[in-house]
Amino acid sequence: MGKSKVQLKKCDRVCISVPAATAIRAALLIQRWYRQYVARLEMRRRCTWNIFQSIEYAGEQDQIKLYNFFGFLMDHFTPASSERNLICHIFRKNEICRDIDWERYFCYRSIEVPDSYTGPHLTFPMTFCGVSKLVEAFKHKQQLHARYVLQLLGETWRLLRILPNINQVSACHTKEITICGDLHGHLEDLLLIFYKNGLPSSDKPYVFNGDYVDRGKNSLEILLILFGFLLVYPNDVHLNRGNHEDHIVNLRYGFTKEVLGKYRVHGKKILKLLQKIFSWLPLATVIDQKVLIVHGGISDTTDLDTIGRVDRHKYVSALKAPKHHAVNGSTTQTMNRNREANLPEEGRRRVYSMNHCSSASAYRYNLQHRSLHSQSISSHLNCSVEEELKMRRRMAGFDQSYRKLSQSDSDSDPESGETTETDEHQWKQIVDMLWSDPMAQNGCVPNEVRGGGCYWGPDVTEEVLGRHNLQLLIRSHECKQEGYEFCHNRRVLTIFSASNYYEVGSNRGAYIRMGSDLVPHFIQYQASRTCMELTLRQSVGWTERSALRALREQLFVHKSDLISAFQEFDPHNTGKISLRNWASATEKVLNLGLPWRVLRPQLVNRTQYGMVDYQQWIRELSITEPKLEVSDNSILETMYKNHSNLETIFRIIDTDHSGLISFEEFHQTWKLLSTHLKMEISDKAIADLAQSIDFNKDGSIDINEFMEAFRLVDLSAHS
Amino acid sequence: MAESKPSAEAMVSDVHKKIKAAFEAFDYETNNTVDVREIGTIIYSLGCFPSQTDLHDFIAEVEEDHTGYIHLDKFLPAMAKILLEHKYPPIPEDILLQAFEVLDKEKKGYLEPEELANYMTQEGELFTQEEMDEMLTALADHEKDLIYYKDILSQLTIDPEL
Repeated sequence: MGKSKVQLKKCDRVCISVPAATAIRAALLIQRWYRQYVARLEMRRRCTWNIFQSIEYAGEQDQIKLYNFFGFLMDHFTPASSERNLICHIFRKNEICRDIDWERYFCYRSIEVPDSYTGPHLTFPMTFCGVSKLVEAFKHKQQLHARYVLQLLGETWRLLRILPNINQVSACHTKEITICGDLHGHLEDLLLIFYKNGLPSSDKPYVFNGDYVDRGKNSLEILLILFGFLLVYPNDVHLNRGNHEDHIVNLRYGFTKEVLGKYRVHGKKILKLLQKIFSWLPLATVIDQKVLIVHGGISDTTDLDTIGRVDRHKYVSALKAPKHHAVNGSTTQTMNRNREANLPEEGRRRVYSMNHCSSASAYRYNLQHRSLHSQSISSHLNCSVEEELKMRRRMAGFDQSYRKLSQSDSDSDPESGETTETDEHQWKQIVDMLWSDPMAQNGCVPNEVRGGGCYWGPDVTEEVLGRHNLQLLIRSHECKQEGYEFCHNRRVLTIFSASNYYEVGSNRGAYIRMGSDLVPHFIQYQASRTCMELTLRQSVGWTERSALRALREQLFVHKSDLISAFQEFDPHNTGKISLRNWASATEKVLNLGLPWRVLRPQLVNRTQYGMVDYQQWIRELSITEPKLEVSDNSILETMYKNHSNLETIFRIIDTDHSGLISFEEFHQTWKLLSTHLKMEISDKAIADLAQSIDFNKDGSIDINEFMEAFRLVDLSAHS
Repeated sequence: MAESKPSAEAMVSDVHKKIKAAFEAFDYETNNTVDVREIGTIIYSLGCFPSQTDLHDFIAEVEEDHTGYIHLDKFLPAMAKILLEHKYPPIPEDILLQAFEVLDKEKKGYLEPEELANYMTQEGELFTQEEMDEMLTALADHEKDLIYYKDILSQLTIDPEL
């Protein structure tokens, strides 16, 4: 906002010909009116925020559920079974065991750079000029050749392997440290930070706090720039690992897709090397032994000594523990599945539920057992293992009989064995560090909204900081409207550097400057000139329209369930239900914890005497779907509802990262999904689906094309 | 969007629901309390137009002993009374227009930023510099840097009632 200094000269009070009292009354009126207007905008902005955030977190939870489902399959199907082969490679740590063999695999030397290449050429060892050149090139939307990518990543990998788990940094008088939060592929924000603050150097140390990738379109460019600077200034540039530096998460949130799209030939290798690099990223940074910087946060069991000692590279993905083949039938250690079921009576949701009455939350827990912190799948299994498995196998179309695992795979990785107590404890520490969020209440409870890590309270902050003699915890992981936010008595500071994260105008980004006094100073910004020029009302309106679009999509994909839920409140089939029941049913189905009554005017056009004509409302959601000839309409709805899961499974099955899967694999994908969802999908329906897209004659399906064909389009989206 | 209610009872119940809905949007700890600093926003969002003084009086009435928090138990009846009595009604557009015209003493049809700022920051319930800057960004015509108040009034349609 412009800091316009009010000039008094022009308008002198002495010249007022209007009686002063009238002028005062007029001023009062205008002030009153304006403040009301701003407050109402603020209310709308908050609701919009809640919508985006709840959909985001629901997506994360969803993915973890899917991943746990795979873990379940891994435990309970025999080694030779086909479905296991489909997915077992995502649980494998290393096909090749030794680093030296990996080095050979990742070797860039054989890759030629053609004369036609117009992008930047890199020389090694990396220099400041080299990285600056890289930054310039990316600014001009050039792409770095795969040879240089692999070379740069290779050097990065080598460097990271000698770094400790916790970076120790000292702030001294001449150098202020700059600390940045999530970037999520938003290159324009990183460039804006460099423009305002200067490039990293030995005079300008930086700490980057994770989540460099996913969601934005330039995740790879950000990584290459940050790694470039790391190579040039290894003592002054510090990178922490975030929960998105994880190849499983990347399958869903766009990074895998980005790399494969940009590097069709070498993408797979690049991704594999990045997998290693991610596992070697340090977990935390400490400044002057007083300020702790981690991506997610802490829990009541956080112990920096333990963290300092772990073999961090064993945790390729935080979603699973390092050892998974267990002897004598103990289950796969996937996130939170083996927790004791110490259920909180009511979940502490991040999103502020309007329909938060006890029956709703109890229902949520009963219906879901999706919450990983409620019944774990293993305890559920103990009840009727044989039936459950038989049913699932039958539905999945697999006909091998269940046989308990009595030994690990013959070609399992050499590190397989029983998971020890210590390993699980260490793993929990890492997950907590990367996934946790602060909460207002005291205590430490599992973070069931995201599906991983904890919610930790101010008492835990005091205890952990006290125990380690620290004074401040800086973390990221959560988008904040102003780019930063304090909590827990200003002992915890969230810093988020991706502006316009949800939508243009949704939030500012920020970074921290800190000197030897260890007092944080904030610089905020918002990338994209257009949103600077938007008025407050316009930017709220824009973001809001976008959030409502996303919400309408969610409503649309759940329409069968919604209609069923509405009908429960309408036993006489009048076609109408009260607003209160509308809100309650909608929350039951969508489970997003949103203030439906507050949102109602934006979602439901017409009510009469406080009643909603729900059939008409669903029809009027004005979402189109592609006109496709599919014999079974319910499969379409499944498709839309599980869009992301489907894509994730596709990408997992696509082992050679070609972007193509065979028809047979396509078929198996749907079978897997239907088992996960516990629903029947007929073979005919799948065959129809395959035919409704114009597939290549060679019998393979282009994943991107397929997903694109089923993208929902909101009719009301224009300008 | 008018809803014709058959009985007074139903009206009160409806009012209570609206108040609860707005309140809960700010009840972050789901314990039926909100930070006192959010009260203004909540009251405004329910369609009321209190002055700052009105707000301060209201807060004094319902705040829990200077804790900085307000509990729904106290807020609900006090707020319901305000809504049912229409205590802080909206300002009709024509009155608002007259107010602007009063300030526009030369009858130009517009106000210059400094003119408006003078009044807003010197008279009545003073705006802070930040509020003033935001208001100018929101209301001023970008090219001419003038506030065409007549146009603003018709453009700035407020949201439907909660």
